[in-house]
Amino acid sequence: MLRFTLRRLGFVLLTFLIASLLIFSLTEILPGDVATMVLGRFATPSALQNLRAKLGLDRPVYIQYISWLTNFIIGKWGDSISTQAEVFGLVMHRLKNSGMLALVGCLIYIPTGIFLGIVAAFRKNKWLDQTISMTSLAFIGLPEFVTGVILIAIFAIKLRIFPASSAIDPDARFIEILPQLVLPGITIALTNLAYVIRMTRSSTVEVLQTEYVRSAYLKGLRPGYVLRKHVLRNALLPTVTIIAISIAYLIGGLIITESLFSYPGVGRLLLFAISHRDLPLIQATSMLIVLIFSVSNFFADIIYAYLDPRIRYK
Amino acid sequence: MGKKDSIPVLEVEKLTVSYETELGVYQAVRDISFSIKSHESFGLVGESGSGKSTVALAIVRYLASNGRVTGGNVRFHGTDIYSLPMNKLRSFWGSKIGMVYQNPQAALNPTITIGRQLAEMGKTHLGMSDREARQKACEILGMVAMPDPESVIERYPYQLSGGMLQRCVIAMALITRPELLIMDEPTTGLDVTTQAVILDLIADLKKKFDSAILYITHNLAVVANICNRIGVLYAGNLMEQGTTQQVVSGSKHPYTFKLLDCVPRFEHGRKKQLLSVIPGSIPRLDEIPRGCVFAPRCSLAERTCRAVRPPLIEIEQNHYTSCRLWERVHELEAEKPEAIADGALEDIPFLKVTGVKKYYPARVKGGGIFGRRKKYIKSVDGVTLWVNKGRTLGIVGESGSGKTTLARVISGLAGATSGNIELDGEQLGKTVQERKQEQLRNIQMVFQNPETSLNPYHTIAETVGRPIMLMGKSNKKEIQDRVIRLLNAVKLSSHYYNRLPGELSGGEKQRVAIARAFASTPGLVILDEPLSSLDVSVQGSLLNLLIELQLQSATSYIFISHDLAVVQHISDWVVVMYLGHIVEWGDAVKVLKPPFHPYTEALLSAIPVIDNKGVRMRIRLEGSVPSAVDIPPGCRFNTRCPRKQGNICETEEPPWQEGEGGHWIRCHIPMDKLNKLQQPIADKI
Repeated sequence: MLRFTLRRLGFVLLTFLIASLLIFSLTEILPGDVATMVLGRFATPSALQNLRAKLGLDRPVYIQYISWLTNFIIGKWGDSISTQAEVFGLVMHRLKNSGMLALVGCLIYIPTGIFLGIVAAFRKNKWLDQTISMTSLAFIGLPEFVTGVILIAIFAIKLRIFPASSAIDPDARFIEILPQLVLPGITIALTNLAYVIRMTRSSTVEVLQTEYVRSAYLKGLRPGYVLRKHVLRNALLPTVTIIAISIAYLIGGLIITESLFSYPGVGRLLLFAISHRDLPLIQATSMLIVLIFSVSNFFADIIYAYLDPRIRYK
Repeated sequence: MGKKDSIPVLEVEKLTVSYETELGVYQAVRDISFSIKSHESFGLVGESGSGKSTVALAIVRYLASNGRVTGGNVRFHGTDIYSLPMNKLRSFWGSKIGMVYQNPQAALNPTITIGRQLAEMGKTHLGMSDREARQKACEILGMVAMPDPESVIERYPYQLSGGMLQRCVIAMALITRPELLIMDEPTTGLDVTTQAVILDLIADLKKKFDSAILYITHNLAVVANICNRIGVLYAGNLMEQGTTQQVVSGSKHPYTFKLLDCVPRFEHGRKKQLLSVIPGSIPRLDEIPRGCVFAPRCSLAERTCRAVRPPLIEIEQNHYTSCRLWERVHELEAEKPEAIADGALEDIPFLKVTGVKKYYPARVKGGGIFGRRKKYIKSVDGVTLWVNKGRTLGIVGESGSGKTTLARVISGLAGATSGNIELDGEQLGKTVQERKQEQLRNIQMVFQNPETSLNPYHTIAETVGRPIMLMGKSNKKEIQDRVIRLLNAVKLSSHYYNRLPGELSGGEKQRVAIARAFASTPGLVILDEPLSSLDVSVQGSLLNLLIELQLQSATSYIFISHDLAVVQHISDWVVVMYLGHIVEWGDAVKVLKPPFHPYTEALLSAIPVIDNKGVRMRIRLEGSVPSAVDIPPGCRFNTRCPRKQGNICETEEPPWQEGEGGHWIRCHIPMDKLNKLQQPIADKI
């Protein structure tokens, strides 16, 4: 298990390195360099030259890359060009907010998705299964800005249960802002919910047909026990992977959902950074997203191996 | 005690099971009655599609959701299984009725340790604590002769071999000492040697436990060795029922009679003789004949047979048959096929394989993340053999002996690591890519499973026509004619021309695969277990077909099989492989008579034989073929050899010894000594 974990960790590092190279190369691809961005198009050449020297832009590219990467790792992410604020603190603050929103989303879609998937599998081809499957298919098709608007229309405008805007006080605690997180939480949950339902359903259907489940029933074990010990463990294996991948969708969903609900999270920060061509901010947020993505995949692998001994010993 | 003995443990009375499908409702099993008392073992024999597994599932009331019992009943100690409430039935499952399944890999949960899966039984049915249940699991594993139970219970199913897993499944069923034990093809997926060990185990357990046993299988020889009574199932009907003696030695039903007759046996001895066959195939569920279900394939059948379905009648005590003409069954004896003239062929070597090795890199446990030692799986480790023109070379060995890898190397599907292959005097390239078109044409293959070797979306015409086209014929009419001629040659009518593989039975598919192999008029056809996935009644007709095709075309065969009886029937020369080496080879008749290599002897001894005359030699190999990564030093067979001589076997590679008339054995024991040791036992085969 240790060797397996180390190998997976190696893969995470590799992914991270490759992604960092790509992200760094943004500075090379985007028109103009950082100095031009900071000083504007009408800056004098000498002023530009000074700033370049100050920022180290006159050094060879690979040295720039290495120093950029080491700075990133030790948390020196530089200053934002548009707000002049320190990037690290800015991003971390927004990350906390996004984390809260994502948490609410996960708490909604993971248990509901697994539950509905299992229900659908046990009622395979009956009306309940078909209703669940059709509805979930519809949600896969609907993007967040549609479901979000519908939710706002119903729950915020018509029923007035939850607020439409989720602009929050920076120092508010989780419990205080929870009502504001419900609608955006549901919005990001819906698309992922559909994937989790479908994956859980199909793998549960498959496992229910295996001979070992038949033999478990014919051993005289109680159905609830067979479900917990024999069916779920095997059926949830593919679901674990899907959930990890869904974290990636979640980030994409966050960008849209956060702007829809004016919620101050990483997604909206990234959007802001891109529209202001704020390079240090773009780099930091992108790197962070890659990090979240590969770490969640890493945990998926570890959980998968824990659940399936065949993977563990390979 | 007296009362318990008089009421049968299981009574099946006029059981009819139907399946509801998109095309209608079909009866899979009709009007079946039998009963089993405690201490008794009843064998239910049938080919695929006979409904034998349906019977098993109907008995435990676990039919698929579209299956229903539409007639008759099943009683367990007098209680109707189908009148029980669900929770009561569940208390029977596992505790009073145990089951053992065909495929132990599939029957055990891959993510739970063996120990936990076994302990579930004790905890659920015997009210045991975790510790007690574990202890019980160990104890019962010991009873099924599992080596080192303490460590086995910590393992996961994928870490054990097939034979070990089947022991675990049997042990699991026995924990509660069930009154009825249902075994559904428990040895079918296993090697012959492992099958023999498991069958011995079952026979031994029969003495220790007083369970009634229902043993379901397609193999008559297996039930003949295990069961007191036998029921023969065909297309959902019980054809004959009686004591093992009555059914096996005095069958009074044409189906049973022919089934016993169409299996190749050692006493046939003479080569190039056709087997007796059952014409036609098992009817599909939607075309069950109105009268006797066997009538369309029966040579005795009369008009009444086709019109009225005959009932099961008792013809002597406990012996039932559903044949109206049972008194005439002995007439079938006369239907022996004539021996065919085996044209005098000059022995010209066609394929020569010299010192061929095939190594695969192995991933070895241990070593750091980076510092991995290089190791190899030595699948084929120095094989030299040749095949003469128009002759058949049989290759036998357990799984893991390297026979399939050797076939792949010869055909070029896998490139040899070293060694030389010559075909018709011409050196062959290592892989298919390195060989000339003409050489590719000359070697064709037939694989074990026709279900996966035929493209399901290509019609039969496309499948058989493609090699003809690739070999340079482009005229459409010409190709079509040739395809039809090939189909006729494999005894398929031209109706099959435009069909898809999905519309064909297993036997028909394998015929198509053979037609495809012959399409390019090859000089050598490699047949890798071509009959293993087919029913017994179909195997015989395919063996006949292969022999006839060879006589017509003078094609050479390499015939790979684990079934020694089939191999000796079709082969002129036989090679016995073990762990990548040839351990014995020679004329087919010579190899299968003493002296043999101790490994050949063990393989022969493992085959269950129907007419068991007195004592048989009993040699059992424990475990399975060792890993081809860590090959034992000295004689490769020394770790399992029942005739091991001592130190020399572990240290020195055995020499080749030559016997009479082209017969070679690789063993330290001198030929005449082997002969002396084996002769008296071999007489009793």
